[in-house]
Amino acid sequence: MIDEGLKSELQKQGVYVTTLEGLYNWGRANSVWPLTFGLACCAIEMMAASMARFDLARFGAEVFRPSPRQADLMIVAGTVTKKMAPLVVRLYNQMPEPKYVIAMGACAISGGPFKQGYNVLKGIDRYLPVDVSIPGCPPRPEALIHAIMLLQEKIMAQKLTGPDRPRHLNAALPSEFPVPAYGEDDLEPPKNPELWQPPAIKR
Amino acid sequence: METLEQIKARLEIALPITRLDILPNECPAGERSLVVNAADGFAVAKFLRDDAQLKLDYCSNVTGIDWPQATIKTKIKRKVSVEGVEKEIEETIETLRSGHLEVVYHLYSMELKHGPVVLRLRTGNRTDHTRLPSLTPLWRGAEFQEREIFDLYGVIFDGHPDLRRILMWDGFAGYPMRRDYVAPDDFEYEPTPHDKVLEQAKKHYPAEVKAEAKTEVKP
Repeated sequence: MIDEGLKSELQKQGVYVTTLEGLYNWGRANSVWPLTFGLACCAIEMMAASMARFDLARFGAEVFRPSPRQADLMIVAGTVTKKMAPLVVRLYNQMPEPKYVIAMGACAISGGPFKQGYNVLKGIDRYLPVDVSIPGCPPRPEALIHAIMLLQEKIMAQKLTGPDRPRHLNAALPSEFPVPAYGEDDLEPPKNPELWQPPAIKR
Repeated sequence: METLEQIKARLEIALPITRLDILPNECPAGERSLVVNAADGFAVAKFLRDDAQLKLDYCSNVTGIDWPQATIKTKIKRKVSVEGVEKEIEETIETLRSGHLEVVYHLYSMELKHGPVVLRLRTGNRTDHTRLPSLTPLWRGAEFQEREIFDLYGVIFDGHPDLRRILMWDGFAGYPMRRDYVAPDDFEYEPTPHDKVLEQAKKHYPAEVKAEAKTEVKP
């Protein structure tokens, strides 16, 4: 690695030195395009975040793509009903790698106020790998911007090589997840056991 | 608008109806309603819509209600004379209410600007006699609401143009808004359970926690 002091000195002379990894991650982190995809009232805050007042464009994430084929980020904004859950997973599967998921709001994290309902999925993390969760009901646009900044930090820290390289550079890791089927009273299976197991709570 | 008694009297003259009751309502609003048998439901509704004095051309909403079988206790006071002295005693009367499903239509007239007239239809029971006439041919706006009642309560509407589930998926087995519906048991992770959720969550506790809960002495 290049010495930070030398790097700074070189910059003053108009010479910019970086690593391929840094350049690659910098490019990806500043062009995270979300999928145009809202499920409930959290989507209203998501729309507000992309408008002029909060201006998500400052973080390179203003281009909401109407097709999963062109999107990098799925913002699960709102209540995921059991009827909608297979479609959410299918949309995620249709996105190309590298792809990320933000669970926005109490409902997407755990089912929120509708947790005990027969028709609400108790958190999208039962079927999808969530990168950032934002609490709130609904979270303010600032919270969504914070989540995008956290995601950018996460992307910037990713390694190009080595055993802990991200999923899209590791062919052995899955990029698609099984789509649950509609059962007689619940989804089949009710969760993806490889992704989610009930956390042990100390009682 | 005419009173419900007047409407009832005219209905009984105009149509051969087996049963037509006015259901009393004790709540402050006092909105009473007409109860008719399922077989007469369509004819009564058609009369209410087409009658020149009523012209109830707008069906505001359709509601489903589930009445499970229950014993209803009503307290009445009555005066009894015991050895020449009048006393007031309170008696509790238990009546068995058979279970049934009910569909309520709120009808208004846009043309004559009056309403509502509340029409109630009841099924025979909650298991195999759950058919009612659909009023969608009379008021098109009832279509989705009748589908919703079919979906959540299991009332089958005869004559409905497109009777499918609307909120739950096709192939779903239960009727979630019925009182005895059992929701799928996915309470394996409840960080702060209480009341009914606590009971559900306890089934998923590991074995040693269950044993501890049994030995716990209640204060």
